[in-house]
Amino acid sequence: MSAATKAIEAGHIWTFPGGIHPPERKELSNQTSIAPLPLAKDYYLPLKQHSGAPGELLVQVGDQVKAGQALTQIGANNGLPVHAPTSGTITAIGPGIIAHPSGLADTVITITADGNDEHIALEPLADYTQISRADLLERIKDAGIAGLGGAGFPTAQKLALQRPLDYLIINGVECEPYISADDRLMREHAQTIIDGTEILLHIAGCKKALIAIEANKPEAIAAFEGLLDKHPQLALRVVPVKYPSGGEKQLIQLLTGRQVPSRGLPIDVGLVMQNVGTAFAVAQAVLQGKPLIERVVTVTGENVEKPGNYWVRLGTPVAYLLEQCGFKPEPDQRVIMGGPMMGFTLADLSVPVVKITNCILVPSSQELAPAQDEMACIRCGACADVCPAQLLPQQLQWLAKAKDYDGLDQQNLFDCIECGACAYVCPSEIPLVHYYRKAKAEVRNIAREKAKAEVARERFEARQERLEREKQERLERHRKAAEARKKAQAEAVAQGGDNPQDAVQAAIARAKARKAAQAAAAQQQNKEGDDA
Amino acid sequence: MTFKIAASPHAHQRRTTQQVMRWVYLALIPGVLVQTYFFGFGVYVQLALALLTAWVAEGLAMRLRGRPVAHAWQDHTAIVTAVLLAISIPALAPWWIIVMGTAFAIIVVKHVYGGVGQNLFNPAMAGYVLLLISFPVQMTSWPIPNELAQLQVSISDTVSLIFSGFTQAGYNLEQLRMGADGITMATPLDSLRNDLNHQLTLGEALSKPIFDDFAGIGWAWVNIAFLLGGLVLIKQKIISWHIPGGMLVGLLVPAAIYWLFNPDQAITPMLHALSGATMLGAFFIATDPVTAATSNKGRWVFGLLVGFLVFVIRTWGGYPDAVAFAVLLANMTVPVIDKYTQPIAYGHGGRS
Repeated sequence: MSAATKAIEAGHIWTFPGGIHPPERKELSNQTSIAPLPLAKDYYLPLKQHSGAPGELLVQVGDQVKAGQALTQIGANNGLPVHAPTSGTITAIGPGIIAHPSGLADTVITITADGNDEHIALEPLADYTQISRADLLERIKDAGIAGLGGAGFPTAQKLALQRPLDYLIINGVECEPYISADDRLMREHAQTIIDGTEILLHIAGCKKALIAIEANKPEAIAAFEGLLDKHPQLALRVVPVKYPSGGEKQLIQLLTGRQVPSRGLPIDVGLVMQNVGTAFAVAQAVLQGKPLIERVVTVTGENVEKPGNYWVRLGTPVAYLLEQCGFKPEPDQRVIMGGPMMGFTLADLSVPVVKITNCILVPSSQELAPAQDEMACIRCGACADVCPAQLLPQQLQWLAKAKDYDGLDQQNLFDCIECGACAYVCPSEIPLVHYYRKAKAEVRNIAREKAKAEVARERFEARQERLEREKQERLERHRKAAEARKKAQAEAVAQGGDNPQDAVQAAIARAKARKAAQAAAAQQQNKEGDDA
Repeated sequence: MTFKIAASPHAHQRRTTQQVMRWVYLALIPGVLVQTYFFGFGVYVQLALALLTAWVAEGLAMRLRGRPVAHAWQDHTAIVTAVLLAISIPALAPWWIIVMGTAFAIIVVKHVYGGVGQNLFNPAMAGYVLLLISFPVQMTSWPIPNELAQLQVSISDTVSLIFSGFTQAGYNLEQLRMGADGITMATPLDSLRNDLNHQLTLGEALSKPIFDDFAGIGWAWVNIAFLLGGLVLIKQKIISWHIPGGMLVGLLVPAAIYWLFNPDQAITPMLHALSGATMLGAFFIATDPVTAATSNKGRWVFGLLVGFLVFVIRTWGGYPDAVAFAVLLANMTVPVIDKYTQPIAYGHGGRS
């Protein structure tokens, strides 16, 4: 065992550069147990709630569905199914606003609940160790499980990568202020999370899992400490409170001292990471056959009367969720999906809760004052001090404003994890992350345009080549035809036929004779003239 | 009902540029008080003139540039420039010195380059250097520390001196600067440098009354007061320790080595540390974020360079103190320092 591995085994916690300590404000929502939410009237289910392609539709308008019934099936290209969150009728399938910063519309299935909440029959699994790895992955995929931490990467796909693994990391850090969904889940369902972790270990073919929790969640830590004696494969790691410790790359650095290579994956350094919520969902899917139709959502902020955590069916409109929690909007209210650091604002509250929705935050303007006017950068470097990726945010900002894409590449724009620490500390209130997102989008656009141009160029060149080839072929054909003609003629002459050449020669001779005659006549005339 | 759209992060640490600047000039207060104690009320007159000039110059420049004037007044950067320049010049210098220096610093050094955050050079130090090379006499005529002075200068005399060049009794600055021995009083670094150049030993040079205190009367205490303010800034995370640390190491290590090899002909490290503008430079001037390097490694290199340049100029250069020149020279190298001290980004082969 190498020294580094020994240190990991011994529970050494490394550190990562930068980071910030924003006010945590978790006590607002973490005081009460996770409560169920009464059924809503309508549910909106976007086909695509994960990273990858949407699944393929299995239902049509007018169909009756039961809770847990698959509405789409795994399509091409990482597709994941979505399931009916409750029983009811499909009343529409069409474009609807989805939970995305752009506020763009995408295909959404609308289910009008019948209020009976009938579920399909579940197929629990007695002993998952008797099932093949491929079948388990299929089960997880069929349950529609995507990473519940925020990025929504299809879980089965992550686990399907076959490379030697040192550790499975279960991420229960939840470092973003305000959010306590994972915290409450860990406190109340530690055993299920452990079961899910065991299943994930089994599938990944990995020996050991590290469960990471931030030090500000003593109850969650205690919940696991009490249970881990029976699970020698699992080890608890308490990480110090600092944002963004829960970022995948930062947590890997904290627990193992390793760095995921730029544009690489954790699996490149022998690690795979899953969120605690994902582990919970995997346990439910494998052990009980439950597809992913609900998740814990933190509803918090001073403008809601009953902040807390709720079991929310996917597809529940945010408006309904907030209404149930006593939402009192103020003028210019911001409704944030996600936390105050990385969440995005919603323009329209008909947007539904989806697989990646961990928090709905409705702050008062006192607790999270709206951004002020952007002032000039004074190069103070505070942003660089807090950047966990060791980038130079202010250089990136200058370069982004100047649209210097080569410079941005040199400064590793794409290694920015958009954690927002730089913008948080900026005394000039420059929306730094916003500039990076824009620049990234522009760079991607340019790459796309370039790719398109490349395809067009190739097509053009191929056409030119074809035309040239056709021309050559045509010339060759003509040449061959001419040769054949000549040959046929020669053959005809040899066989005693008329030689067309003779006719030509005769014609030339005739023409010459005529010219000579004309010349002689002219001479004759000139002579007569002289005589006269 | 539609709701407000905003870009993440939605939380901000509310420490604005204005607050940062306010901390800087508040941290200068101990130094200013000590300076006043030793060199008289002229410091306040210079401060008042500098602030007024800065306010007018900032407004004028913003107006000419067609920018919102209030914006510039709000960020308090001009105040810091004005204060730094006012306490860098001799307390009894004629009024037009500080007015010219401040106006140049704000209008030319700052706004011609594009205003806050865009200037290549530290405005206060560029203003200082303009004055030093244009008006060397006025700029090196420091008043005698009060305890050595033959004549005490009253407030009305101070004002009269600054505006007319004479006290109400008719003395000019030169007459006031005569010591008990009838020789014009120089600052400790100035005096030491002249004496060492005239082949006196360090011991002989230090026998002058101005060195009665441990590092020059007045000057040592002024430096300690600035050091104190600087430590407050580090504690408040307004500045990082890298630049002041680098500058002191860059100055004191070579100075100590040189002095050990040359004990009779070199300025002692203590005098280097506590005389002239050392502490003011280390904590308040070289740390100007706009014109210094930005990464911690870069700041360290920048600080070392400033310190080393101060040592070189004080030891072999043509000027007794060198902080302004050192800072400006180091400002020029910032792009290069920044380029070569770029931290290795996560995932690019660095170690944690």
